[in-house]
Amino acid sequence: MSAHASHAPKRSGLWDWLTTVDHKKIAILYLIAGGLFFLAGGIEALLIRLQLMYPELSVVGAKTFNELITMHGTTMIFLAVMPVIFALMNAVVPLQIGARDVAFPFVNALGFWLFFFGGVLLNTSWFLGGAPDAGWTSYTTLALNQFSGRGIDFYVLGLQIAGLGTLIGGINFLVTIINMRAPGMTFMRMPLFTWTSFVTSGLILFAFPAITVGLVLLMFDRLFGGNFFNPDAGGNILIWQHLFWIFGHPEVYILILPAFGIISEVVSTFSKKRLFGYSSMVFATALIGFLGFMVWAHHMFTTGMGPIANTLFGLATMLIAVPTGIKIFNWLFTMWGGQIRFTTANLFAVGFIPTFTIGGMTGVMLAIPPADYQYHDSYFVVAHFHYVIVGGLVFGLFAGLYYWWPKMFGKMLNETLGKWNFWTFFVGFHLTFFPQHFLGLMGMPRRVFTYLAGQGLELGNFISTIGVFGMSIGTILFLVNVAVTAKSGKRAPADPWDGRTLEWSIPSPPPEYNFAQTPLVRGLDALWVEKMAGNKGMTPAEPLGSIHMPSGSFLPFVMSVGLFIAGFGFMYHNYVVVVIGLAINFACMLLRSLTDDPGYHIEPDEIEEKGVKA
Amino acid sequence: MATHHVHAVLPDEPEKATLEGKNKILGFWLFLGGETVLFGSLFATFIALRDQTNGGPSSQQLFDMPLVAIATLLLLTSSLTSVFAVLAMHKKNLKQVQAWLTVTVLLGLGFLGLEIYEFMHYYHEGHKISSSAFGSAFYTLVGFHGGHVLFGILWIVTLQLAAVKKGLTVVTAPKFYVASLYWHFIDVVWVFIFTVVYLMGMIGGKVG
Repeated sequence: MSAHASHAPKRSGLWDWLTTVDHKKIAILYLIAGGLFFLAGGIEALLIRLQLMYPELSVVGAKTFNELITMHGTTMIFLAVMPVIFALMNAVVPLQIGARDVAFPFVNALGFWLFFFGGVLLNTSWFLGGAPDAGWTSYTTLALNQFSGRGIDFYVLGLQIAGLGTLIGGINFLVTIINMRAPGMTFMRMPLFTWTSFVTSGLILFAFPAITVGLVLLMFDRLFGGNFFNPDAGGNILIWQHLFWIFGHPEVYILILPAFGIISEVVSTFSKKRLFGYSSMVFATALIGFLGFMVWAHHMFTTGMGPIANTLFGLATMLIAVPTGIKIFNWLFTMWGGQIRFTTANLFAVGFIPTFTIGGMTGVMLAIPPADYQYHDSYFVVAHFHYVIVGGLVFGLFAGLYYWWPKMFGKMLNETLGKWNFWTFFVGFHLTFFPQHFLGLMGMPRRVFTYLAGQGLELGNFISTIGVFGMSIGTILFLVNVAVTAKSGKRAPADPWDGRTLEWSIPSPPPEYNFAQTPLVRGLDALWVEKMAGNKGMTPAEPLGSIHMPSGSFLPFVMSVGLFIAGFGFMYHNYVVVVIGLAINFACMLLRSLTDDPGYHIEPDEIEEKGVKA
Repeated sequence: MATHHVHAVLPDEPEKATLEGKNKILGFWLFLGGETVLFGSLFATFIALRDQTNGGPSSQQLFDMPLVAIATLLLLTSSLTSVFAVLAMHKKNLKQVQAWLTVTVLLGLGFLGLEIYEFMHYYHEGHKISSSAFGSAFYTLVGFHGGHVLFGILWIVTLQLAAVKKGLTVVTAPKFYVASLYWHFIDVVWVFIFTVVYLMGMIGGKVG
């Protein structure tokens, strides 16, 4: 409250990254960490497919295979695609709404570090007695002490810590989007990526507490002698399944909605047309978010809920196809008559549309309860969810990365390498997962480490494994592209794609305060409106003035380390360690509560220096 | 951007005077939305398991209504006193804020004391977290609430101590306001616990 420091305290190198509260740097942290976990999950997938390349192989063996499928699913969902989504949300949402930062920069950093240390905790299980091996859904009673080792404890504690980070991240984006929009940026002028991030954050808020409770109950059963899931003492195993899927189904919409947002931005920009049916896109997004909470029990058709419940959940599931169909047609109509440019970003977006539609159609097939009794736990299910998560979400993330890379890093990714990346990944993907539909229909069960020869399963499995090499080459080409770009990439101008939204009105990468003057928004596709009016850039909504910035802090890192330590204490029943870990965490909270952050100011003369031509 | 201005005169509704304050209050409401799902999941679990006593004592045999009624009275009253604290804050009277919060904390401590006594009593009756699914669900739901009460007490005391030095400002006001929101929330949760766990536990035999 007293005097403000007028300059940012100089932080450099590693210390800067450990203490940053800048949403643009946190975005890069999310991207790096998520990318590393993505590679780990990808290697796990490669090993799974090598084990299944021929009948009765023993590349990794049954026990390791169970660990690999569990860790592949868990890592990809919680530690790879979620953080990359958060990376793009952090990098783009504040810019798209004309804000200088998120609502809670400190909480933003805390969210990242909690996710990171939760993920590290989960992955240390490989070196400390074996990874979790009860599947990513970790169904009880399989996941109880009688049947599973310490790996499950890593799953339970790692995901609690990481989930907490995701939850506060979601709250942060909700408040940011509600309270921090620039003048004129009404809800119905928000770019679609911001809209989908908004709905996704709402889903995170209401879905993650359910899995947290499930994990807590499982932890009590495993570590403190609880009986929630122990039928011998009156427990009920279905409670886990309900809690898991009350989280788990909204989770798939948490994942796919931001991809829908990315596709909407990319398709519209590279068709040089306003998004077709903007209002119906917003409506469809909200409706998918709402219906996403009504369908969780379609994962449990075979548990014996009875025909009424199965029918209702089946119908609700099919209903989701309607808003999703609206989106598919809107993208097609956006391209209709547009001046389409097939950049790498747009290739991924256009590749997304048919691929995701196939995944959606198998989804409707799975929503029919009597048919699901046949598909359940077969490779048909595996094919379905990889079509929506890889063919949908991962394609969307690649599109988003190629599209916003110049904004995030100030350099253009190489388009030639990008196109190779797309085609190898696209062909590899379909080779991998298309045959799996038929493997499933022929009766191949998921999560089984091998199969017998002479049952017609050899060819499909062999093609599937070959496809993985295509996807691996695609991923490696992306990494090569990143390295080449970092070394000798072309500098990105502020607006490399002839963009339509606010993020393209400021330099690439943006200065730390984003907007020297908060822009005045005068319509949907705010920047495009100004371009059409013949203006050079956005009209400012305020005079040039001193900008207040929050200070960096090391506390988020330390708090997360505290919980990481406490997690190990719980697992090994060492309560001294638990107390130390929690004490570190609470001491940081106390410190944060007691010390007010005065922040610092960037003065107009510094803005002139750093500004525009950064 | 809103900044931390030194206000010579504290504005009306100081908790909403800055963007930071508004963000904090909205963020906290959303957080309470998440907490609602958390407790909702725990309630659902409890309702599913409340008759699974595994041969141990049932809720009818265990619960001592006068004790729970006193605890309820303490907590409901503490919610009222926290309202008085916020009203005093709107009158910019820090002394009254501190006094009402002290009463709130004392009532919360009384509630917590009774709950600990109650749990110890049940433990000796053979009602443990490990004795049955009912025990697990009971201690988890009621204990989660008790943990929230404990956290609330520590939080409010921290804010009180900090305010001795800092006074009532546009920075401290949102903190008081948000803490009182939290306190109301755990009070509302208790109303449901009192109904679902205790009242429904007293009437009738097996339902499910």
